[in-house]
Amino acid sequence: MAKRATFDIRQQTGFTTVAMICFFLLYLPIVTLVAYAFNDNDSVAIWKGFSLRWFYSAWNNTQVIDASIRSFQIAIAAALIATVAATMAALATTRTKPYKGLTFKYAFINQPLMVPEIVTAVALLVFFSRIKIWTGYSGLGYLIAAHTAFCIPFAYLPIRARLENMDLSLETAAADLYATGWKTFRYVTLPLLWPGILAGLMLAFVVSLDDVVITEFVKSGGQDTLPTYMLGQLRRIVTPEINAISTVFLLLSVAIVTIFFIISRKRT
Amino acid sequence: MPDKPDRNAIEVIGVSKIFGTGEARVAALDNVSVPIRENEFFTLLGPSGCGKTTLLRLIAGFDFPTDGQILLYGNDIAPLPPFKRPVNTVFQNYALFPHMTVAENIGFGLQMLGKPKAEIEARVSQMLKLVKMEALAKRRTSQISGGQQQRVALARALAPQPKVLLLDEPLSALDYKLRKEMQIELKRLQNETGITFIFVTHDQEEALTMSDRIAVMSAGKILQVGTPWDIYDKPAERFVADFIGETNFLTAKIDNVANGKAKATLKSGKTIPATVAEGFTPKGEATIVVRPEHAKAVKGPGELSGTVENIVYFGTDTHILVRLDDGDLFTVRQQNSRSASCGFEEGERIGVSISDDAAQVLKD
Repeated sequence: MAKRATFDIRQQTGFTTVAMICFFLLYLPIVTLVAYAFNDNDSVAIWKGFSLRWFYSAWNNTQVIDASIRSFQIAIAAALIATVAATMAALATTRTKPYKGLTFKYAFINQPLMVPEIVTAVALLVFFSRIKIWTGYSGLGYLIAAHTAFCIPFAYLPIRARLENMDLSLETAAADLYATGWKTFRYVTLPLLWPGILAGLMLAFVVSLDDVVITEFVKSGGQDTLPTYMLGQLRRIVTPEINAISTVFLLLSVAIVTIFFIISRKRT
Repeated sequence: MPDKPDRNAIEVIGVSKIFGTGEARVAALDNVSVPIRENEFFTLLGPSGCGKTTLLRLIAGFDFPTDGQILLYGNDIAPLPPFKRPVNTVFQNYALFPHMTVAENIGFGLQMLGKPKAEIEARVSQMLKLVKMEALAKRRTSQISGGQQQRVALARALAPQPKVLLLDEPLSALDYKLRKEMQIELKRLQNETGITFIFVTHDQEEALTMSDRIAVMSAGKILQVGTPWDIYDKPAERFVADFIGETNFLTAKIDNVANGKAKATLKSGKTIPATVAEGFTPKGEATIVVRPEHAKAVKGPGELSGTVENIVYFGTDTHILVRLDDGDLFTVRQQNSRSASCGFEEGERIGVSISDDAAQVLKD
């Protein structure tokens, strides 16, 4: 590598110290949370001894299991729909000659990232309540639709980045070698885009799994997801059961991210 | 070189390509017409921006002409999408599919054509053999060298047996020695496959050594089409003479134009015979060109005379730069021998002798 004369932040005094403090502040609460999940006490704050009882308790709590299943149903459905939509949007915005209004379209697709979540939540509450009256339907569809909407930009960004970095002459070469538009997509663009799509899917999934504000406003009675259930619990007595649920949640997220990371690395 | 049949593989007729509108309007190709014969190694030669790559892209179908026709064996292919043209391309950056093996890359075109698996496999191994890549068939394209990638790109484009193979500066990314090797390799492949090659390059040496015929392009127009020998020794225009090799431009009075020959009277008053470019209209004075190797530096008087200004040693030969008496600079190229120096010194007054068959009169 060429000698760099430019500013290198790692050379600055105190860089390591600041970095260590940041990591410490980021991870200390999580470490504490995980540690107290194994607390053999009814209180979250006072350590009594090691125990797995709160994990058993959570496992036998039908409300927790119900909320978890619902969370996964919504996250899987929303992430899949959002990823398909985001892939199409990314193709439409990158495989075209730049035109007036393209920037506006980017902004439009990424709109859920800019608008405060609470605004969207209130808007959806009012909007969906009307539809509920008209149609009489009150199933999970509303939550899936809402989650899909705010998942799209998260899925869109990595997919678009991947498409923009792709060598366009590959698609030209495929067309030259008798591949029609669809076959070019199927045999060249899609396989090369796959890591981006997986990254988008993973992000959308995690973002959906994690959502509180919009879910809290849109859900009907008995449609608690895991995060809204936990929030509800905090209003009553807090037991280390919450810690245990969070720990399992954390492990699952880490596992999913790791799996996707390994898959996408293999593909490139 | 055996005689090439006279059938045309490609006929470009009155093709123009306009990019942009209004003030940004650029004619990348301006009413270009050229026939390309079957089994020919045809080169489009010109500086960057001359329209050679645009013409290639129009033949491949990556772009569509604003005006004109492109005939492939008599059928107009200009409006067809690339996947409907029996024409394949070797790209400048090779554009190999990174998620496929060497063999999968080569078989891609046949696979897209829906050929049976057995036929694809047989053809792929035949192509691997042709480009001497059998050992690396299972490799990823990222695991092979630039020269090997070049071979795979060639094999991939040749595998579907196209009627015409288009090559877009395919050797420009290779180093000098590898480029020389690939030049010979390309000629061999063309001979063995009998496919019409259309080769785009800005490298005049490459064009001269490889082509059956060359079209020299500049600013969206084809200036001259001919064999390498025609282009080098009988350039029609100043641009062609200047772009290909080194040359000396002289002003002379032209008389007795007949049968492509004329008498040229130089500023020194001496008269030499010259060949005349097609389309030349006599108007008294004209520009003539003399290649440096077709003139000789002599101790006594020659057709021209002047003072040696500079002597440059090139290994195989020496360039003697002579300041002529009328003030122009004239270069003489002299073959070197191993033991003797070139025999002249800077500042020395010498004559320049121009052989009888050395001068060409330009039409512009």
